[in-house]
Amino acid sequence: MSAIMSEILNDETKKVLIEPLVDNNPITLQVLGICSALAVTSQMSTSLIMALALTMVTACSSAAISAIRNHIPGSIRIIVQMTIIASLVIVVDQILKAFAYEVSKQLSVFVGLIITNCIVMGRAEGYAMKNPPLASFMDGIGNGLGYSLILITVSFIRESLGSGKLLGIEVFKLTKDGGWYDPNGLMLLPPSAFFIIGLIIWGVRQWKPKQAETADFKIMSIAHGEGGHH
Amino acid sequence: MLKCEQFNKICAALDKCEHYQKFKVYRDKVLALGNDSLEKTIAIAVALCLVCAVLVSFSAVALKPLQVGNKELDMKKNILEVAGLLQEGGNIDAVFKDKIEAKIVNLETGDYVEDMNPAEYDQRKAAKDPALSVAIPKDKDIAHIRIKAKYAKVFLVKEAGAIKSIILPINGYGLWSTLYGFLSLDADGQTVQSINFYDQAETPGLGGEVVNPNWRALWKGKKVYAESEQAGSEKGLIEAAEIGEPALALIKGVVDNSKPGSQYQVDGLAGASLTSAGVTNLVRYWMSKEGFAPYLAKVRTVKGVKS
Repeated sequence: MSAIMSEILNDETKKVLIEPLVDNNPITLQVLGICSALAVTSQMSTSLIMALALTMVTACSSAAISAIRNHIPGSIRIIVQMTIIASLVIVVDQILKAFAYEVSKQLSVFVGLIITNCIVMGRAEGYAMKNPPLASFMDGIGNGLGYSLILITVSFIRESLGSGKLLGIEVFKLTKDGGWYDPNGLMLLPPSAFFIIGLIIWGVRQWKPKQAETADFKIMSIAHGEGGHH
Repeated sequence: MLKCEQFNKICAALDKCEHYQKFKVYRDKVLALGNDSLEKTIAIAVALCLVCAVLVSFSAVALKPLQVGNKELDMKKNILEVAGLLQEGGNIDAVFKDKIEAKIVNLETGDYVEDMNPAEYDQRKAAKDPALSVAIPKDKDIAHIRIKAKYAKVFLVKEAGAIKSIILPINGYGLWSTLYGFLSLDADGQTVQSINFYDQAETPGLGGEVVNPNWRALWKGKKVYAESEQAGSEKGLIEAAEIGEPALALIKGVVDNSKPGSQYQVDGLAGASLTSAGVTNLVRYWMSKEGFAPYLAKVRTVKGVKS
């Protein structure tokens, strides 16, 4: 038992669990999984369920893929990964329909779309194919948590400013109910998530300048060569 | 512990089985092959598909009863909601049983069908069954649903023997999806009480606003059929019933309630012209002679609906 615990808490595990939160966040640094981050973040409840579902799928699929990584034929590698991911997503979808029907109705197609979520495939291809199952599982959890962190932050901003509620409970009294807060309708539409995620990425890269990519090319300044070459 | 013993027994029995031994030998042989050999590629693909198929079918079959229960409860909730009978924390099953009466209506004649059990009839399934459905001629198919069930399941709310509301199932195509919902009318078969859509996949935030309670509240009190000049009189109602031309529509922008004809207009959904057009069409289709007009005509008349 203690052997398992020390295995779980070794440095590599800590690294794969904590790094994806800020230093290697799937959304802000890897810029993966943006589509669902726009779609489900207008309410905190759907975001939480989506975050949980994606974390489970990423962790389990990474562990499963890692367990058979030495026997996956290279020519059907991606299909094998997709089959495992798709099966897990269907199972998650079935579980949601059985135990959280209201939420599954709100999430509708987005649970199914976890299959195409780049984070899951990205971790399978980038980590699970080269690392043992337990580390891959933890890597899946870590990346799921990184995704969850952004999702929850965005949905916190969108739900509170867009409908004056958090998790469906009123925090700002709306003007139409005789309160003081006039909700910002833009926050309920998907583009607002683009702005918020953009601002978060900007903020993180100000805080950790290492994350900023070097520019591919520089625009030449013409200020000095006024008139240019004749 | 008993299960563990059983498991060991199964394992022991498997070990004795000749086929299992053969399988083990083959498995070891395949695993020892190079990853890129054709045989291993096929064997891994087949094995993976089998394992995944078992996993998926097991979860689908094991969770089915719970899912069906959820769906039924959700349907009852929607019906109670559109009838205005839904209370926070109330027992949905009990209220539904107490207040709502399901009836099967023959859409062509508008009469009740008594030899079918409403509890067992599923209109959405029936629409897919050739024996229970009819194709809609293209020029009449304004709701773009192609096929409709011959019999519709309607729900009545009765109070002291008199009908209080008539809840009709409606469906039609919006922008991306077929919208399924209920329209609740007063006993006059003319005044809208409420509308709701329980199954739709329109753009969230735009067409998806068909489920917005504020927008749905605008429907209350609207009239479905254009009223003749003798509106209000019994003759006027019967004539309207016979004409059966629904006038209710969604318009662009906000309805000006002071203008004549505003009782037939509901605000369109902002940024969703195609979903709005779809809603107009599906309401008009189901309220026309193709839909519930014959039934509603019989509800209105003194004779009532034959069964």
